[in-house]
Amino acid sequence: MQFLSYLVRGISLGSVYALIALGYTMVYGIAKMLNFAHGDIIMVGGYVVFFTFCQGGMNPWLSMILAIVVCTLLGITIERIAYRPLRGAASLAVLITAIGVSYFLENGAMLLWSSEPKSFTSIVSLPALNLFGGSLQISAETIVTIVTSLVIMFVLIWFVNNTRPGHAMQAVSEDRGAAQLMGINVNAIISLTFAIGSGLAAIAGALLLSSYPTLVPTTGAMPGIKAFVAAVFGGIGSIPGAFVGGILLGIIENLSKAYISTQLSDAIVFLVLIVVLLVKPSGLLGKKATVKV
Amino acid sequence: MAKQKKISKAARTYLTSFILVGGFWGAIEAVKLSGGLSSKAAGLLIPVCAYIMMAISLNLVVGFLGELSLGHAAFMSAGAFAGVFFYNTAGAGMPEGAAIVLAFLIGGLAAGIFGVIVGVPVLRLSGDYLAIVTLAFGEILKNVLNSLYIGADSAGLHFSLKDQFSLNMEPTGKVLMKGAMGITGIRKFSVFSVGILLIALTLLFVLNLMNSRAGRAITAIRDDDIAARSIGINLTKYKLMAFVSSAVIAGFAGVLYALNFASLVAKKFDYNLSINILVMVVLGGMGSIPGAIIAAVVLTVLPELLRGFSQYRMFIYSIVLIIMMLFNRAPAFVMWRQRMALKFRSGKAGSEKEDAGKKKG
Repeated sequence: MQFLSYLVRGISLGSVYALIALGYTMVYGIAKMLNFAHGDIIMVGGYVVFFTFCQGGMNPWLSMILAIVVCTLLGITIERIAYRPLRGAASLAVLITAIGVSYFLENGAMLLWSSEPKSFTSIVSLPALNLFGGSLQISAETIVTIVTSLVIMFVLIWFVNNTRPGHAMQAVSEDRGAAQLMGINVNAIISLTFAIGSGLAAIAGALLLSSYPTLVPTTGAMPGIKAFVAAVFGGIGSIPGAFVGGILLGIIENLSKAYISTQLSDAIVFLVLIVVLLVKPSGLLGKKATVKV
Repeated sequence: MAKQKKISKAARTYLTSFILVGGFWGAIEAVKLSGGLSSKAAGLLIPVCAYIMMAISLNLVVGFLGELSLGHAAFMSAGAFAGVFFYNTAGAGMPEGAAIVLAFLIGGLAAGIFGVIVGVPVLRLSGDYLAIVTLAFGEILKNVLNSLYIGADSAGLHFSLKDQFSLNMEPTGKVLMKGAMGITGIRKFSVFSVGILLIALTLLFVLNLMNSRAGRAITAIRDDDIAARSIGINLTKYKLMAFVSSAVIAGFAGVLYALNFASLVAKKFDYNLSINILVMVVLGGMGSIPGAIIAAVVLTVLPELLRGFSQYRMFIYSIVLIIMMLFNRAPAFVMWRQRMALKFRSGKAGSEKEDAGKKKG
């Protein structure tokens, strides 16, 4: 029973990683850049929900939608101001700019809202689920997190495979130049990708903070890195890969925290990542890249 | 003619680098003599030296080998802990000079070994995957050092990853390293001239390496690994050479940095430090040694200068970073700058630009 409870909590944490990783992986697949500021968007989403719902007493749904809108606009703005001018520059230059944006968001949040930790109240107000006559208790947050991320993943897969913008995304990811020649507005598609990724980050932020309720300006940094690892783990650029990677990462982290060592759990997560990458360099579900000479 | 120009370019890099470091040393010593050096600024000297070494070291991997490393602080950490651990235990009974020299050698060696351990598997990967694995190794080392306890009693050394009590020591045993508290009670050794000397040695080594056959092989791999392989360059050998040399230098920098403080914790060498060093390299211009030196000094001193604005300083720093990257790297800006340069300079400068363009093409 104990094991099952750890496992479920792991899956729940993993679902949050998966949501963040979906944003990472889509941006990477389409814009070919590592958006290091992605984790900090989670934090911004968290603050929006905190001020409207936890303090302002707004309807949780309305507050969520507001957070999604704010983060989406933020994502589009960041892309427009900081990343778009660098299109065509070396990828390292874009990476450093993304790091700059990440510092900007963290320190901006510190100035606006101070670095004092804020305690978040859960946006989920449902009773916990008791299984096996009460020996296994699963909190409502856990269930909502898992279900939300599953639904989002399936919607995303459907979106990418069955809609015109989705097809355009695939085309841009495959060959940006050719897509442009086919009349696809590449800039618009990249903006759309950032919008989707940032919107997902807002949801991830609210869910993460519902289970782990301490909000500080650096809240998003570590989940951001973990989600990046999850995306690479599952095969970066692949939507189901990001999901599988996120879930596995959450499970590994929680089980090693429970059975091996709290302090070493991060080390174990990263060790597994290294082993996976060495055995299968393109990640679990990644496409094998053939190098043409 | 072309050959002559190439030689002079290498010599120019030597000259600028050493003049920069010499000038830095001279300026600081002059201010010291005049008594104008505040204790705060004096405390910054050794970290600046260590960061300069780190920037040069990372430049070897990022600028010359062309691979992205996001875990460079780990090598610094490996060197720092190995060197300081030795200095604090076995080195305690030795004359100070010998202990210091040995501490540096052991730190460099430990970082080098860690470099081989990381490099052999990691260099099979490339691009962003290599970046994430170096990040992973850095986090692993940080977490392990952060929970490592070492104690000594009459039976020898005891290790534990859990806590002080699971060391199973005799009651008279001494705990040498306390997990997240790290190593404490370090006899401080911070001599600015030693830092400068180490930078000079680093420069001598790196610049000679880059102008040697091996260095040309390394840059050939960066420019086109397939072409490099086809003319018989052993990719693994040269990649590993660059990577491990870089790790050893980072190890020296780690020892230098750690001996400047009374205590040493693993948390200092985190992902943010790796990123800061990467920022120095990129801002200074990848592959440019003088650029790395200037950027290391500016980026270490700038946040301190901005302390007056205390809470705004990191915010300003981030904006400056973004604007500098956009201004230096955005294609539209670069073209605009070139147009401006053409407009304001005489015709001679314009034709020089054209020559440069032709050479590239």
